Amino acid sequence: MAEKLIVIGNGMAGCRAVEELLARAPGRYEIAIFGKEPELNYNRIMLSPVLAGEKSFDDIVINDAGWYERNAIVLHAGVEIVAIDKAARLAIDDRGGRHSYDRLLIATGSNPIMLPLPGADLAGVISFRDIADVRAMLAASTTGARAVVIGGGLLGLEAANGLRARGMAVSVVHLVDTLMERQLDEAASFLLKRELEARGIDVLTGASTECIVGDRGVRGVRLKDGRHIAADLVVMAVGIRANIALAKAAGLDCGRGVVVDDHMRTSDLSIFAVGECVEHGGQTYGLVAPLWEMCKAAADALAGIEARGYRGSAISTKLKVTGIDVFSAGQFGGGNDTEDIVFRDAAMGVYKRLILAGGRLVGAVLYGDTREGNWYFQLVKDATPIDSMRDSLIFGQALFAGSGQNPKSAVSALPDASEICGCNGVCKGTILRAIGEHDLKSVEDVRRKTKASSSCGSCTGLVEQLLVLSLGDDFVPGAATKPMCLCTTLTHDDVRRLILAKEMKSIPEAMQELDWTTPDGCGSCRPALNYYLLCAWPGEYVDDKQSRFINERAHANIQKDGTYSVVPRMWGGVTNPRELRAIADVADKFRIPTVKVTGGQRIDLLGVKKHDLPAVWADLNAAGLVSGHAYGKALRTVKTCVGSEWCRFGTQDSTAMGIRLEKMTWGSWMPHKFKMAVSGCPRNCAEATIKDFGVVATEAGWDLHVGGNGGMRVRATDLLCKVTTDEEAIEYCCAFIQLYREEARYLERTAPWIERVGLNHVKAKLVDAPQTRAALATRFLHSQKFFQVDPWAERAEKRRDRREFAQLMGTA
Amino acid sequence: MTPDRWIALGWLRDVPARGARRIVTADGPMAIFRTSDDRVFAVEDRCPHKGGPLSQGIVHDSAVTCPLHGWVIDLEKAAARDPDNGCIKSFAVRISAGVVEILLPRIKAAAE
Ligand code: SRM
Ligand SMILES: Cc1cc2nc3c(=O)[nH]c(=O)nc-3n(C[C@H](O)[C@H](O)[C@H](O)COP(=O)(O)OP(=O)(O)OC[C@H]3O[C@@H](n4cnc5c(N)ncnc54)[C@H](O)[C@@H]3O)c2cc1C
Ligand code: SF4
Ligand code: FES
Repeated sequence: MAEKLIVIGNGMAGCRAVEELLARAPGRYEIAIFGKEPELNYNRIMLSPVLAGEKSFDDIVINDAGWYERNAIVLHAGVEIVAIDKAARLAIDDRGGRHSYDRLLIATGSNPIMLPLPGADLAGVISFRDIADVRAMLAASTTGARAVVIGGGLLGLEAANGLRARGMAVSVVHLVDTLMERQLDEAASFLLKRELEARGIDVLTGASTECIVGDRGVRGVRLKDGRHIAADLVVMAVGIRANIALAKAAGLDCGRGVVVDDHMRTSDLSIFAVGECVEHGGQTYGLVAPLWEMCKAAADALAGIEARGYRGSAISTKLKVTGIDVFSAGQFGGGNDTEDIVFRDAAMGVYKRLILAGGRLVGAVLYGDTREGNWYFQLVKDATPIDSMRDSLIFGQALFAGSGQNPKSAVSALPDASEICGCNGVCKGTILRAIGEHDLKSVEDVRRKTKASSSCGSCTGLVEQLLVLSLGDDFVPGAATKPMCLCTTLTHDDVRRLILAKEMKSIPEAMQELDWTTPDGCGSCRPALNYYLLCAWPGEYVDDKQSRFINERAHANIQKDGTYSVVPRMWGGVTNPRELRAIADVADKFRIPTVKVTGGQRIDLLGVKKHDLPAVWADLNAAGLVSGHAYGKALRTVKTCVGSEWCRFGTQDSTAMGIRLEKMTWGSWMPHKFKMAVSGCPRNCAEATIKDFGVVATEAGWDLHVGGNGGMRVRATDLLCKVTTDEEAIEYCCAFIQLYREEARYLERTAPWIERVGLNHVKAKLVDAPQTRAALATRFLHSQKFFQVDPWAERAEKRRDRREFAQLMGTA
Repeated sequence: MTPDRWIALGWLRDVPARGARRIVTADGPMAIFRTSDDRVFAVEDRCPHKGGPLSQGIVHDSAVTCPLHGWVIDLEKAAARDPDNGCIKSFAVRISAGVVEILLPRIKAAAE
């Protein structure tokens, strides 16, 4: 008589194991399958296309009723097994039926994780696991208009895409900054986000859900940061948990899943398990490829065939959203001595990253062009030595080396109308035409014919690239075009212009569009990119803390022993007893070893421990003291002298002017530090003529000086112009700072910048062109709306970046 | 013989990507780094140049730029990248259920 096999779970693994078993030992078992879902065996991974309307349920059924019949399998659809009696070898169903078995196969899959949020039990909150969920979503999509998907992993994004395809307004709320963070790196995730947004899906990353609101049905979702998103449907797709309740209650060994050996045997020799519910070698799996291998191993064991068994799986992932190609395989984290090969083609929207270790490919992330995904995956699985093909590996099996990377693609992709030379208003098309028509051969030629690059010269790099584009190898770029760093072939100036021309708004986007050769830049380009983006898109660009030098990240100056110094602002060098008392109290309370008057007319507290910083700031804030930005590529001090208020020689109120300038300009981020001074007469006690912007009073008004520098190479200022009113001085100050902010290279102070571009260039923009000056000043004041926030108060009171100032807590 | 011991240091989620956290241990300060692709490294928090706190530097691929004088320390090799020269002590590290753990060598653990 045939032995009895009972299978619990009519899902993908359960039925596949039966198929494999039938192929090996037909007729050996009398088989019964119990399935909680009242359905035939269907292809769960195709639920996404069903949701999106690309397939029907009938299309995705794997085994129809005829299959069960032909193989004499009894299907108990819609029947749940609620208990296993190991000793009696009985499976007990939810109607009290008792079914005896010789072998039991557990294939109960997993359950979607439902976050225990307030409101999670409202009608209209749905998971994405089975056909019933899809039907519920479809019902909601015809009536309701808006959906929120919680979770930006594979499932969540497929759900979002499907609902969007059904005409709903969809928002995705994802906890971390990177979509599909377990499969993708930052760069690929950025591209994915952009594509989803282009399809009209609102993607909120770094967003945490606080609760789901509604009365009887869902009305919306509230985020921790206070934002409210209206919703008629909420799909929770935050992960899965192996469904082990039954096995655990039966007393089988369980970890995160039902523990099995290489032959898929549980701790009870008559009971096997396959699929997402198992834990093998400490691993659980949430994809089908490993399940197929498990099913073979289980079938071998059940058929009594001696085989090597299951040894764990390498996994690869593909997102099933029509028109978006994303692939990831193997590891892109972990291991020592890994090395990256990165390929980007901004014009084609392609990003590829291969991870090598020990002469082998260990992982791959592909975006935009996933054709070679399976080949890479095979190389990973087989651990094929790749040294011989290393150079062309990135181009794939087809080996179309040569048609590869075009380093100038960012420039070639620019439309003809985009401006290359800002000073003279020359656009790309004009330059290309001139090169063609007049047979131009050098940057000098281009300058003469078109005036492009003839003024400040900062577009020289782009002009050279246009020459390369037109002339190919006949043109050899000059030495003037030094790349920003080893991560790119572009110069600082090129990068800035392209950020504006192509409206790039994040570091990953810029790196992608500009063909960066490293995955996330280096300590030199990252702060520069962060600044350029911040300057280009005030209020819009989200500052990247991890791309800032420690001083700007911690809002204090790091000292040689790892402690910090704290310098509060002292407006125009003026203080009062209350402020001084607060400083004294703070120094006592936090045992600050050194209190020193700086060369910038204010007081420095040196030797503060990092974890004390927020508390120190809180006390200083309480007395009205704010950050002095002594740590920043930012406005530092405005030194003043006593001026006409007290001094017998003073002609203007230099102290008041200094305070006014400082109150207007503090908080602004710059290419480098920026210092000002105001003297009340030409005796110049405030040393205004070695400052970035120096103001010296005369009988008639003010002399405005620019480009001074103390430090390593002393440079006295140039006289920019003379003005008669305070208002003019103020406008010039704003306009000059903005010109510097927009044109200077990162880490270039005003002195070398002016020496490079020439005083005449600066005068042309500020003195000779009142409209340009006014526009610059307006742009400066606009950006100040976003940057005049005391970073200390934000961290002391609002406790921003709390982790930055705390030690990592050991749990041991 | 005492076996090697894995010691839990803290939650991975508390270490920012492309960032680091500092932890003071009996052996002195240690820096836990996390790269953009979630690799984790543990090294002593002392630059081979003049002892700068590496945990405060900018993290890029699997390296950190020291905040004091800009040496670039390769975290995989636990050594300075060209043109500079010098090594640092590193520790085997793993992530277990979201917790960062380091391997304390046998002898050390035995002495505790
Ligand atoms: C505290 C202070 C010295 C003092 O005790 O007086 C100081 C301290 C430092 N200066 Fe300075 N400078 C200080 C006034 C100056 C001045 C004088 C001034 O501002 O009137 C100058 C010359 C004027 C100028 O900048 O043109 C000055 C020229 C420099 C330079 C050279 C800049 C240059 O362009 O050549 C550096 C190096 C750099 O920035 O790369 C520098 C760098 C530094 C750093 C930030 C070194 C560093 O990177 O860690 C020092 C930080 C100490 C700290 O943690 O607080 N410091 N430094 C002064 C703070 C002023 C303030 O209240 O904010
Ligand atoms: C929308 C979606 C898209 C996916 N896309 C992909 C993809 O692109 N690629 C990929 O590799 N994987 C994908 N997956 C994952 C893949 O579907 C699963 O890995 C696979 O279905 C797991 O198979 P399983 O048999 O272990 O579990 P399941 O297929 O879930 O089967 C388990 C079955 O057991 C039943 N059951 C549970 N307990 C009992 C009980 N006590 N009594 C009776 N019956 C019970 C359940 O009702 C269920 O029908 C996707 C999953 C979803 C939901
Ligand atoms: S002069 Fe040199 S030593 Fe003195 S504070 Fe400035 S940078 Fe430091
Ligand atoms: S101490 Fe690190 S570079 Fe000097």
